[in-house]
Amino acid sequence: MIETPTPVKDSPTATPPSDEEPARDARVTVIRPAPRWPHLDFRELWHYRELLGSLARRDVAVRYKQTSIGVAWAILQPFLTMVVFTIVFGKFANFPSKGLPYPIFSYSALLPWTYFATAVGIASGSLVSNKALVTKVYFPRILLPLAGVTVPLLDFCLAFVVLFGLMAWFDVWPSAAIVLAPFFVLLALFTALGVALLLSAVNVRYRDVPYAIPFLISTWLYFSGVVYALNGLAEWQQWLLALNPMTAVISGFQWGVVSTDPPDLGRTLVSIAAAAVIVVVGLWYFRRSEPRFADTI
Amino acid sequence: MAVAIQTDQLSKQYQIGEMQSAYGTLRDTLASGARRLVRRDHSQHVEDIWALRDVSLKVPEGQVLGVIGRNGAGKSTLLKILTRITTPTSGTAEIHGRVGSLLEVGTGFHPELTGRENVFLNGSVLGMKRREIQSKFDEIVEFSGVQRFIDTPVKRYSSGMSVRLAFSVAAHLEPEILLVDEVLAVGDAEFQRRCLGRMEDLSQSGRTVLFVSHQMQAVTQLCDRAILLEKGEIALDGSADDVVAEYLQLVGGSSSERTWPEDSAPGDTLVRLLAVRVVDEGGEVVSSVDVRKPVGIEITFRVLRDSGRSVFPKIKIYDARRNVAFNALDTSSRWRHPTASGEYVSTAWIPANLLNEGLIAVDVGVCSVGTTKLHPHTGANDVVSFHVRDPGEGDSAKGPFTGQLHGVLRPLLEWTTEER
Repeated sequence: MIETPTPVKDSPTATPPSDEEPARDARVTVIRPAPRWPHLDFRELWHYRELLGSLARRDVAVRYKQTSIGVAWAILQPFLTMVVFTIVFGKFANFPSKGLPYPIFSYSALLPWTYFATAVGIASGSLVSNKALVTKVYFPRILLPLAGVTVPLLDFCLAFVVLFGLMAWFDVWPSAAIVLAPFFVLLALFTALGVALLLSAVNVRYRDVPYAIPFLISTWLYFSGVVYALNGLAEWQQWLLALNPMTAVISGFQWGVVSTDPPDLGRTLVSIAAAAVIVVVGLWYFRRSEPRFADTI
Repeated sequence: MAVAIQTDQLSKQYQIGEMQSAYGTLRDTLASGARRLVRRDHSQHVEDIWALRDVSLKVPEGQVLGVIGRNGAGKSTLLKILTRITTPTSGTAEIHGRVGSLLEVGTGFHPELTGRENVFLNGSVLGMKRREIQSKFDEIVEFSGVQRFIDTPVKRYSSGMSVRLAFSVAAHLEPEILLVDEVLAVGDAEFQRRCLGRMEDLSQSGRTVLFVSHQMQAVTQLCDRAILLEKGEIALDGSADDVVAEYLQLVGGSSSERTWPEDSAPGDTLVRLLAVRVVDEGGEVVSSVDVRKPVGIEITFRVLRDSGRSVFPKIKIYDARRNVAFNALDTSSRWRHPTASGEYVSTAWIPANLLNEGLIAVDVGVCSVGTTKLHPHTGANDVVSFHVRDPGEGDSAKGPFTGQLHGVLRPLLEWTTEER
């Protein structure tokens, strides 16, 4: 499917003269069978950028509608989890915490993690929950999971404010590497997008996905360095876990925000490569299934 | 004339088995996959269905094209491909200009959002720029008539209000090409009327319209041209009147000849209707007649006994939109006396140059005169139909004009003119 903004060659005489900007929408749309090797049409995505904004705005606007404490959930979720983790893993199990007070260690890891988990959840269901749109109107379907992964960024920002409160309380200060923190958040976003592209497309066909996601996410948690510090593990174990991009996200984020030791560069690169593979695979599968979404959803 | 829509051998194939498993779980697929592996049973239940097959179509700019056909003939599939909701299996289509469709009315409305928020959301879903919505916002709200509730969540709206607001957004899209699927457009009669009104406005301002409908009347009224889809293929392409006429004959099962065996002939204890035929001057059964020639409705009936009453045949003529042209009774003197038992064949001759072009349907009956109304002894509605055509040689009531004239009748009048 290609949409080119080239003007129609032989039409100007026939365009209604009353139109303010007759040439504005004069474009040719060519409809073809789905290509065997789909590519991402960035020009088309750019054309639809406003719709992405509208969809994200809508999801943000309705996220806490008709809840009694509203947006406080964005803070309570990671905060209460941190309290539980501190009691269970910090006090009883005495897990390593990179020399930080366990609440700080745990909460600073839970921030990017909660973002990731929420993003995967929302974006994976985005096609099915927008069924009315998918079956009635055309737009690049990738906008739906894309909007889905951007929505919990707001929650993330709110919970971040609480982190600074906690840090002041425990007298922990950020390092200069905090300028790199947005990059690690972006890495989490791309990982979530890659996973969600795959799962949302599968979900169109098989409604098993919503049942599998909680299990997937809770298992993934234990291999991401949220409940215990990974630097206590054997070298080969750390290299293996580097295949999980969330390990780099969390240790990179903690490096800047709560001044832990810098993450190993090699392992970070492995994580970035793994995230890239996830995105490419997810994108490929998504684009492959896209032509059939409206028929099978 | 510039082309607005052009399709080239557009086809869409569905697999029936696939459609059934659309809601299936992964387990089902794995299980059936395993079964197939074990049994080497490749036949499965997968069956290919062509929802659309080799549809090549050229719609010039400004034309209003009706798309008709039975359910499952591929009408909606065609629209879904042209709106790019689904992709064709093979073939291509080219669309010149911005496409809007009234099949998406209310799409993307979110109940939790206010009317205002939904106008912006819906507008951008339909392809409007934010700036564009902003400039039309007041107009949209005014047209919908929900000004007072524009900042209330849509879930508090009555269904009528939200449909009005949604329609108002869609109506301000100002597309160059409008696709309308009546089947999918929800709403009451009032809303349907507004949709049709909007379509008429758009077509009059030179927009191209593709109109999928089951209302033949609306198709003949609004469309210049129509295509009939059957099993995914274009079965007929021509003027809206012609195509609608053929289609009505097809689905109504009505033709220009109808006969009944004696034992199942319609009627009461006195009269039975045996046959009705549309004939030309030579007495041959015809399905299409030249507007300049008379046409006969031949009615065969049997009077079963001597009752002492007088019965007589009558016809009722109406057009494809079911507008009645006229009723006519057989007034010949033979029916003034009590009718003797026996078989009768009466032919009503409709004069040349009376009916307009298009499909003409006929009701027939055999009646006697009651105190206030006619008393029908037998009859059949929509029993035969035929097609009136004008070869356009200039000697009909249209003269040198080649377009369509409105009206059920189109008599060739005598005109006198004096020069002063």
